[in-house]
Amino acid sequence: MFKYGFELAEHCQKNGLRICDVAVSHEMQVSECSREEVFKRLKKRRNVMYSACHSTLHNPVSSVSGLTGGDASRLYRYSGEGSPLSGDTVARAMCYALSCFEVNTSMGPIVACPTAGSCGIVPGALFAAAETLDISEEALLESFATAAYIGMIISKNATVSGAEGGCQAECGSASAMAAAALAEMQGGSPQQCLDAAAIALKNVMGLVCDPVAGLVEIPCAKRNASGVAGAILAADLVMAGIRSMIPFDEVVSAMYKVGRMLPEALRETAKGGVATTPTGLRYKKQVFGE
Amino acid sequence: MSSSSSSLFDVLGPVMIGPSSSHTAGALRIGRAAGMLCQHIRKAVFYLHGSFAQTYKGHGSDRALAAGILGMQTYDPDIKNALDICESRGIAVEFVPTDLGEVHPNTVKVVLTDDQGVEHSLTGCSVGGGEVRIVDIGGFATSISGEYAAIVTKHQDKVGVIKNVVSAISDAGINIVSINLSRSQKGKLATAIIEVDSPVDEDSIQRIRTIDKMVDVLAIKSF
Repeated sequence: MFKYGFELAEHCQKNGLRICDVAVSHEMQVSECSREEVFKRLKKRRNVMYSACHSTLHNPVSSVSGLTGGDASRLYRYSGEGSPLSGDTVARAMCYALSCFEVNTSMGPIVACPTAGSCGIVPGALFAAAETLDISEEALLESFATAAYIGMIISKNATVSGAEGGCQAECGSASAMAAAALAEMQGGSPQQCLDAAAIALKNVMGLVCDPVAGLVEIPCAKRNASGVAGAILAADLVMAGIRSMIPFDEVVSAMYKVGRMLPEALRETAKGGVATTPTGLRYKKQVFGE
Repeated sequence: MSSSSSSLFDVLGPVMIGPSSSHTAGALRIGRAAGMLCQHIRKAVFYLHGSFAQTYKGHGSDRALAAGILGMQTYDPDIKNALDICESRGIAVEFVPTDLGEVHPNTVKVVLTDDQGVEHSLTGCSVGGGEVRIVDIGGFATSISGEYAAIVTKHQDKVGVIKNVVSAISDAGINIVSINLSRSQKGKLATAIIEVDSPVDEDSIQRIRTIDKMVDVLAIKSF
């Protein structure tokens, strides 16, 4: 595989390929399987994600801790009745992301993408955009492959673990993966895809991982909603012809360095950020007692 | 993930039951490893250490561990009902927050009792992303990830024992992935952990049992 985004973009440009073409060929090679088999595996994950993105829209569930639940259906109802300022696509993407996340916190099946804590962002953004743009099922599966390839490059050069790099590494990476896929879905060039990823990641640079009570729940659900919005905005910016002034590879490297600079208290230990606010601590007591 | 053989599905996956890969998926896999040691489980006690001890309720680690001993997979929607399923099958389940000493922050010791009253124990660590390491099985010090099947032997530290174990495995046409040897003291009790590409058949395990200076043999499937 290509270690860096710039190598990937050069290769695509020279050979007239999209990132998804490179991603699918890569998978055929490492898994020693046919194109059909790769799509079969993509489809299997797509089905789990689709179900998670829709299941709590009409049937609210409570999280295992009892702290949260029902937000996806609240937003879904509001989107249907009112007219959300963020617009139809963003609102729907947030509904899907919240639903997916609520399935996660209520112990339902999800696809870690790249992690369980950021599982709503890529499917939420991609399903909503695919509906708005009316793209084919095959193109949707291709866009998941593109998102995954961007995630692989980030993993290779940085980290997607909150404990290692903070929330920017989890939800930020997911948002970058989604942004690239959304740009490609709209016919953006590989360079535009990388620019979209770079912008999405830059916009959450330094975001800390501060889970209340140590649970993957508060503030993670809302950061999944925010992650889809960030991805869609980044894709809109690049499709308008706006470039990322800092190249993707350098943004990834900067994100990793920022992650290393974050104190341990802000890397999934629940020792800082909103986790140690008076209300955050009260929630902790509510779940675990004294 | 750092090798050039990374798969798209390392990022787009695994398919799992949330909310936390290390507290739910990892916990389940440790439970499943323990469940393979014991037929007809009547009682299960989980000694939870560190982060497991603090957050097991909110992360559903309790249900995941119970699901594991029932043999469920990490994506089984029934995981959330595992405690009820245990109860309906007459398996008494108990969770004991404790301090297991100098171990990984996410460690659990599982003690299962079968219908004959025999105890089977296993200790595992959930090391992140659903990956686990089994560090002790019934007093055998191990280091098993579950990615491969494994043979664990307890034997006298004498010339030729390992050669005979390896021969038995090769004669069965099974490829060895890794061999890890340790001993308490020269010439005394030693342990070999041999990971293999495919499970070792019962006949070959019997052959390994009869090797001179062999004390005990354990066959672990991948989990």
